[in-house]
Amino acid sequence: METIIENELVRELANKHGRTRESLIPILQDLVVQYRFLSKKDMVDVARELDISAADVFGTATFYTFLDTEVRGKYIIRICKTISCAMKGKNEILSTIEDILKIKLGETSSDRKFSLLEANCIGWCHKAPAMLINDTPYTELTPEKVTEILREYIKIQ
Amino acid sequence: MVSLSINGMLVKVPQGTTILDAAKKLNFRIPTLCQHDDLCVAGNCRVCVVEQLGGRSLLAACATPVSSGMQILTNSLKVRAARKHVIELLLSEHNADCTKCYKNGNCELQDLSNEFSVGDHLLLDLTETKEYTIDRFSPSIIKDDSKCIRCQRCVRTCEQLQGVNALTVAYKGEHQKISTFEELSMAEVICTNCGQCINRCPTGALVERTYLDEVWDAILDPEKHVVVQTAPAVRVGLGEELGFEPGERVTGKMVAALKRLGFDSVLDTDFSADLTIMEEGTELLTRLKRALVDKDPSVALPMTTSCSPGWIKFIEHTFPEYLPNVSTCKSPQQMFGALAKTYFAQVRKLDPKNIVSVSIMPCTAKKYEANRPEMRSSGYKDVDYVLTTRELAKMIKQAGVEFRKLKEDKYDSIMGKSTGAGVIFGATGGVMEAALRTAYEIITGREVPFEGLNITPVRGMEGVRLASIKIEECKEEWSFLNGVELKCAVAHGLVNARELMNRVKSGDLIVHFIEVMACPGGCLGGGGQPIPTNEKIRKKRTEAIYAEDMSMELRKSHENPEVIGIYKEFLGEPLSHKSHELLHTHYTERVRY
Repeated sequence: METIIENELVRELANKHGRTRESLIPILQDLVVQYRFLSKKDMVDVARELDISAADVFGTATFYTFLDTEVRGKYIIRICKTISCAMKGKNEILSTIEDILKIKLGETSSDRKFSLLEANCIGWCHKAPAMLINDTPYTELTPEKVTEILREYIKIQ
Repeated sequence: MVSLSINGMLVKVPQGTTILDAAKKLNFRIPTLCQHDDLCVAGNCRVCVVEQLGGRSLLAACATPVSSGMQILTNSLKVRAARKHVIELLLSEHNADCTKCYKNGNCELQDLSNEFSVGDHLLLDLTETKEYTIDRFSPSIIKDDSKCIRCQRCVRTCEQLQGVNALTVAYKGEHQKISTFEELSMAEVICTNCGQCINRCPTGALVERTYLDEVWDAILDPEKHVVVQTAPAVRVGLGEELGFEPGERVTGKMVAALKRLGFDSVLDTDFSADLTIMEEGTELLTRLKRALVDKDPSVALPMTTSCSPGWIKFIEHTFPEYLPNVSTCKSPQQMFGALAKTYFAQVRKLDPKNIVSVSIMPCTAKKYEANRPEMRSSGYKDVDYVLTTRELAKMIKQAGVEFRKLKEDKYDSIMGKSTGAGVIFGATGGVMEAALRTAYEIITGREVPFEGLNITPVRGMEGVRLASIKIEECKEEWSFLNGVELKCAVAHGLVNARELMNRVKSGDLIVHFIEVMACPGGCLGGGGQPIPTNEKIRKKRTEAIYAEDMSMELRKSHENPEVIGIYKEFLGEPLSHKSHELLHTHYTERVRY
């Protein structure tokens, strides 16, 4: 028989959220909280736990921007790319971050500390430009302000 | 009943009828792409939009139920403009290199483009900006994303008819695509190669992998003796591709056509279907004896059939713990292949290395089956190339054979003779019925107690069917079966097979013998059969299969003189050492998720 290495976290999350089809998204969200992205193995393990096809899990995961299926850094920076932020200088903020972290949009730093992504509107249009670092919003950004914020994150070991 | 008007004509239809079906009643055809009679409503392609007088926006006719007093226009200026626009949008992302496409001439998108004459004002061609991939790794199915219009018929087929879910809708918006898990090749995932997705794809995004060129090469090579076998269901489907109505039996014409194409021996899979019954029937009785008389706890019951390669791949992935329950008999195609290069070669005094063995199947999973590494028991690849019913039709057209005018011809011998029991392998329940006709007679010495040998309880279109047959007054050697009620279950379509196996697994259903065919309706609804295939067409083909059975001189496998002959001259008896070597196989556990 196929040897299955137990995935304790997936089992725990299935116990917590249930094993019906509706439990899929909460389980995937919690996995992302834990690992920042959904690995191939975790997706297969969720499929097994819920007895649905792995393709089904993959289809759901790839539909949602915040359910990443690629390796991401510990800190995921998401710059709002929508119109208000774009008009208030989002491009300048983006290039400042690229310069400081030495990664381009869509990339993850080699130490897997930072990933730099764009996001659709995050609801801070009145304080544009805005970005998220993991779940924390930062608003009314300027190149100086973003440099200061990143410096703090870089310090964290 | 609801009354409404369509294009100014009044119609009354039952509540819940869609605008699409109501229009059909008045002989108005509304174009569709994502809609398919076998599948649930999707309403995503929007090509079926119609105008409702006084309505704000256009309605999707396939997804909108009628309401009283509705005034529908199916061909207004607004509708025509919208439809044309939908088609243009689809084409802007579609590799429309139609002349080079495998589906050229049999493509619903091409037909619509033709109908709406979109030619001269196309939108921007976006295909260059897309990173489309073509998956050619499967021996059965080619998946070409550049032809995909994301109608999701394939996804719904894989889920609703087959319960496999190998395909999903991945990503979103402009990046949306039909994908397997992690965009792996179809060859690497839980796909059963059944080809039901191919049968429903409106474009060339999913097609069978063709071996036409290889077969022509073999035919035109004077060194080679090309043997062809034809599956039961091909003779009731092929006509549809060549100008006949569904349900027309074209057996004799097909044989004549195959001879004209240049095949050296035109033989019949129905012969090896009869042989399968001898082996599988004996295997079932042996298992029952070991369970009931020897009280051997290691006997795996219920025993399931093994003719359908889609079912085999499905159970290998999904219920591997039940692999010991699967009959070890090879499918008729593979039994035939193993014998073509041994028995047939011997009798016809041919060098097996010069034999090319071709099979015509209603099936795409057969292509995969022929390529399994274990299918080489003759010392060569037992079946070299598998063609679908559709590919055979194409060969006939390519060779300029005027099919309709052909006189009926007869199969060659040996391995060309068959009985009605072999024919009904093509319909769901057929293998069960054929096995019962023979097994009952072996045990009791009498014919099955059904009028005209027609075991109607195992026939029909119900997803899972149960039947039982009481065994009484057995012959002496089978007396242990006296009074036993042989319980049988039949499932077709893998979604039903899964349900059946779950019931067996839970202990809720106790049976002795299970027949599963991967495709709805059995092989006659196979993934390699003519497009379109739907419930109505499957029923027509089913009637044809049973009519063919009734027309046969012999209707029980064990009475097939060539089957009797092969046991006498070559195999010995069912389950003999030689049978085991050539006609039986083993299975491989595969990942479930």
